[in-house]
Amino acid sequence: MSAQRAVAQLDAITHRYGKTVALDAVTLDIPAGSMAGLIGPDGVGKSTLLGLVAGARRVQTGTVRVLEGNMSSAAHRRDVCSRIAYMPQGLGKNLYPTLSVNENLQFFGRLFGQTRQQRQQRISELLEDTGLAAFRQRQAGKLSGGMKQKLALCCALIHDPDLLILDEPTTGVDPLSRRRFWDLIDRIRARRPGMSILTATAYMEEAERFDYLAVMDASKVLATGSPAEIRAATRTERLEEAFIALLPAERRGGHREPVISPPTSSTFDAPAIEAHGLTKRFGDFVAVDHVDFSIGTGEIFGFLGSNGCGKTTTMKMLTGLTPASEGTARLFDKPVAANDLDTRRRVGYMSQSFSLYTELTVRQNLRLHARLFEVPAEHINARIAQTAGQFGLTEQLDDLPETLPLGMRQRLSLAVAVIHRPEILILDEPTSGVDPVARDRFWELLIDLSRRERVTIFISTHFMNEAERCDRISFMHAGRVLASGAPRELIRAHGGGTLEDAFVSCLEQASEPASEPLSAARPAPAQPVPSDRRHLSASRFSLRRLLTYARRESMELRRDPVRLTLAMLGTFVLMFIIGYGISMDVEDLRFAALDQDQTVASRDYLQQFSGSRYFKQAAPIANHADLDRRMRSGELSLAIEIPPGYGRELDAGRTPQVGVWVDGAMPLRAETILGYLQGLHIGYLVELARRQPIAAASSPASVATRYRYNPEVRSLDAMVPAVIPLLLIFIPAMLSALGVVREKELGSILNFYTTPVTRLEFLVGKQLPYIGLGLFNFGMMVLAAVTVFAVPMKGSALALTLAAVLYITCATSYGLLISAFTNSQIAAIFAAALGTLIPAIQFAGLLNPVSSLQGPGAVIGQLYPTTHFLAISRGVFSKSLGFADLRGEFIALAATLPCIAVLSVALLRKQAK
Amino acid sequence: MIARTLRNTWQLGLKEFRSLYRDRTLLFLIAWAFTVGIYTAARAQPETLNAAPLAIVDEDQSQLSSRIVGAFYPPYFRSPEMVSMHEADRGLDSGNYTFSLDIPPHFERDVLAGRNPALQLNVDATRLSQALVGTGYVEAIVDREVMEFAKRQQLASTPQIDLVPRLMFNQIGSHVWFGSVMELINNVTLLSIVLAGAALIREREHGTVEHLLVMPLRPLEIMLAKVWSMGLVVLVTAALSLYLIVQGLLQVPISGSVPLFLAGTALHLFATTALGIFLGTVARSMPQFGLLMIMVLLPLQILSGGTTPRESMPDAVATLMLAAPTTHFVEMAQAILYRGAGLDVVWRPMLCILAIGGTFFGIALSRFRRSIADMQT
Repeated sequence: MSAQRAVAQLDAITHRYGKTVALDAVTLDIPAGSMAGLIGPDGVGKSTLLGLVAGARRVQTGTVRVLEGNMSSAAHRRDVCSRIAYMPQGLGKNLYPTLSVNENLQFFGRLFGQTRQQRQQRISELLEDTGLAAFRQRQAGKLSGGMKQKLALCCALIHDPDLLILDEPTTGVDPLSRRRFWDLIDRIRARRPGMSILTATAYMEEAERFDYLAVMDASKVLATGSPAEIRAATRTERLEEAFIALLPAERRGGHREPVISPPTSSTFDAPAIEAHGLTKRFGDFVAVDHVDFSIGTGEIFGFLGSNGCGKTTTMKMLTGLTPASEGTARLFDKPVAANDLDTRRRVGYMSQSFSLYTELTVRQNLRLHARLFEVPAEHINARIAQTAGQFGLTEQLDDLPETLPLGMRQRLSLAVAVIHRPEILILDEPTSGVDPVARDRFWELLIDLSRRERVTIFISTHFMNEAERCDRISFMHAGRVLASGAPRELIRAHGGGTLEDAFVSCLEQASEPASEPLSAARPAPAQPVPSDRRHLSASRFSLRRLLTYARRESMELRRDPVRLTLAMLGTFVLMFIIGYGISMDVEDLRFAALDQDQTVASRDYLQQFSGSRYFKQAAPIANHADLDRRMRSGELSLAIEIPPGYGRELDAGRTPQVGVWVDGAMPLRAETILGYLQGLHIGYLVELARRQPIAAASSPASVATRYRYNPEVRSLDAMVPAVIPLLLIFIPAMLSALGVVREKELGSILNFYTTPVTRLEFLVGKQLPYIGLGLFNFGMMVLAAVTVFAVPMKGSALALTLAAVLYITCATSYGLLISAFTNSQIAAIFAAALGTLIPAIQFAGLLNPVSSLQGPGAVIGQLYPTTHFLAISRGVFSKSLGFADLRGEFIALAATLPCIAVLSVALLRKQAK
Repeated sequence: MIARTLRNTWQLGLKEFRSLYRDRTLLFLIAWAFTVGIYTAARAQPETLNAAPLAIVDEDQSQLSSRIVGAFYPPYFRSPEMVSMHEADRGLDSGNYTFSLDIPPHFERDVLAGRNPALQLNVDATRLSQALVGTGYVEAIVDREVMEFAKRQQLASTPQIDLVPRLMFNQIGSHVWFGSVMELINNVTLLSIVLAGAALIREREHGTVEHLLVMPLRPLEIMLAKVWSMGLVVLVTAALSLYLIVQGLLQVPISGSVPLFLAGTALHLFATTALGIFLGTVARSMPQFGLLMIMVLLPLQILSGGTTPRESMPDAVATLMLAAPTTHFVEMAQAILYRGAGLDVVWRPMLCILAIGGTFFGIALSRFRRSIADMQT
């Protein structure tokens, strides 16, 4: 094979994620022009290897050469990325679920710089080929698993690549779709014999049709060669057996094929589980459609079907987790009820994904479940020891589940499900992703429980060899049971062969041609793919690609009503909250007087307070104890005490003292009250002086205070122009931060890694829709400010709008900067909140001018964009300023922008770690 | 039946502790919020009038005018900048100054002649807090200086009344006192909502809550377990923080009964954890929970009366906020901690919190099973 030309060469590749080694010194040559496959269970490094070859992951140590170039070089990656297509693991992982089939394809076509005509032609061909033409307008998220995989394949093939990389393309897909998928690949290869295909799979039987295999386990390659060579080398008949034979001896650990003893009695007497016309609808989607079955006591009953066919929902209805829309389910001859605690005590359930507490150790998990299932306290320790022994977990009792290998974790899940000795076990795909040896051990335990303890087992799986071990099985597809019976009977009824053949023929009978046309039946198109094979050498900057991303992002935003509503409604709600909330006006403060003088003069003095709009008079205070009590309860904010003889002293020209008590619990309010008091007091003195017979001898000078810009000192007039900048950084930054991180979490970021789009195009493209949304918010807020809040706008609206454009661009860039270094949505939310709320509220001059700040706060305040836009907003709204007056702020805003942009481009990686 | 409920609730609560113990990030967050968070929030809040920027246009250049100029100094004011009329206007426009004081020509002469001249004070009223508080200070300072000057020149004076203001419950009007306790209250609310709500979402995302629901447990027990365990965590840390940070480090004198305050906090925690669980049943995913939480938390904190006085809110808002537990909690906390009020005064807000908590708990309970059941796949 060394004579063959290699499409990809890996030399001493080691790859780690933190402490975990994913690939351990792997050296491998993958032949060109052939169909090469990586086989092995989950978590052995297959996906990492494919990601490295595709250029989606950064090479850590060693060299990867693909298509005659080193993948560590960014220039080479840019050159070849339009010759490679990568379809990541997971059903439709690189698709955009809210976009239609056509829109998804258009997006990929545009990214590779195809003209409208090229795109139309190519898309039509691909859709015809894969039988998706009838579903052009359907949203990708609403396709079945098999169709999603076909669409993902179409997206991968749109630019006619030389190397096609498929990562577990058929996992979780029903057997019929699986066969059709490989037929489709064969037809594509027939037409493009030069194309190399590299694929990974966990289904050993699929690997039989590959030209070249690399068998992987535990970060290493165990063997390479054609399937026949591998079988011959291990002297086995099937690849699954070959795989087991290749495992090191300690992993095989006395492995043997589980033997099923026949049921103790040939007929299962009383049915333990029964379903009649069981139906579940989610909206107009029917997940389970009139399912009937009856499972006898001690029987092993299997559900066989693809992802999303209704297996899980059926099981949830049996456990009472989900109420049935129609029909009945009975356990132990009693209808399933959500609050029937007694029945639940007799049932054990194991859900699809590992769902025990990862924070608790193995022992703590077992103990918690034993306690909650009310195993008598004195038996718990013995029961834990016994169960751990039975499931081979004794040595792991004090480990955390996360440190255990997948197979052992599954055993723990089963151990937890049987700790209370249930009579029925409901197991939802308990073995998916587990290696064949561990799977067989798991089945030994099940057989033991069924045959020895007469536990009724209801299990779902998509492995055919597991289904063959059940006493009876049901084929399930699209919410319906297609056929039920003993595996052997089903094979016989569908013309012999294997169980998979029986399932496929069952599916073919059932599927109506309209729902998914049988593409296998169509002749392959005679026309070869248009060989316009000029590979667009990726240019450094392309406006088209940028706009492609902008267009897609805005489509997604439009179709996510929750995000859109929160973004728009949120702005309004917050504007009202802050506009009213951060208010400095204090009105209608309750005050009362302790008037110990009771003269005309004292009443005259108090008159000015009760007449003011700030204060509201309460019943007079009787004595000091009363004063203390009423202040303490918070009833009064202010108490005024006029001493006895006040009037007399005033007349005598002496200076009487008036005592005032202010509730200081809220310092801000107290200071405001003091301010009002001083004002009223001075006013009274002036008034008093004027009433004097000799007017000349009034106070020597006075201060004429002019409140500029906001003469009535209305809180709203001051706050609203300040709230707009606050909200315009908070929400746009949050949205754009989530925009990129969401792609990271959901996996579509891979399209950025593996297509010619550059970092700047990606970032700016994603930013544009949020700038648009921000401007819309800006317009609405200004409108609300002028109408609802009645805040006059005195200066140049044009200047404000222009500044808003600059500022929102800054804010969204800031969000992108955050998303460039965070990896989860929750972290992005926290970082965006911390990075915007605190500086914007504390340091940007909202309450205290930046010039009053000291230390680091002052520096942040000078640099932060909100400071400048706040000055512009206040300038335009209240100070009737225009461009000329606000020059400095505009320059500062405009200068911030490139700094943030450069930083985020620098921080964003074009490859995964 | 009741014994079993109690036993299950106890067991599940212990499990919550074990889970929290393993989540070091969350532990750190809690510790940080109740120590550094409170300390910095208390210290960071500047006194309202701190280094207020002031410009003076001195057109008089007399003994009196320089007296007035010399009367403005830190920390309340920055040392005044002496500028021209035009510069003063520009400085106000650009926000460099909050105040500009204009001393007109012949000011001293007019004072001596008893013509009662006027100084002009221009205030940037878009900066509400500084403007309102600072204006009083400027007027008082000018008044004092002119009076002193007049007294020395033996000018006649008019009848005078002395205003002797005293602050009760916080004699020095310290922002540290207020800021620290209000931050404590905000953190109690924030953490209890996050702990209860995010824990539920996480259990849902990991599928463990389904596991609980197929066991012989009732949603009531699952919810009560979260309420008591997470409530206790927050209560204990809040108590520690109150004793060690607020009273110890920040030296804030607390006049009322701390046990009474903690009893009220326990009631409040019942309401907020129930609210957290309720949000957890509404949100479909962690990001939605995050956004939802911010939308709920901001009004709860800003409009509770802990940031600005309830008197200044429009009636509709003030009435609406009576449905929020924080409003009553802030009212109760201020009464107990600052004014030393007893149960005879605070029984009403406490009852309100209990009623609100009960309502949230009831709604969350009725949604609990349904929200899990409606999750597709």
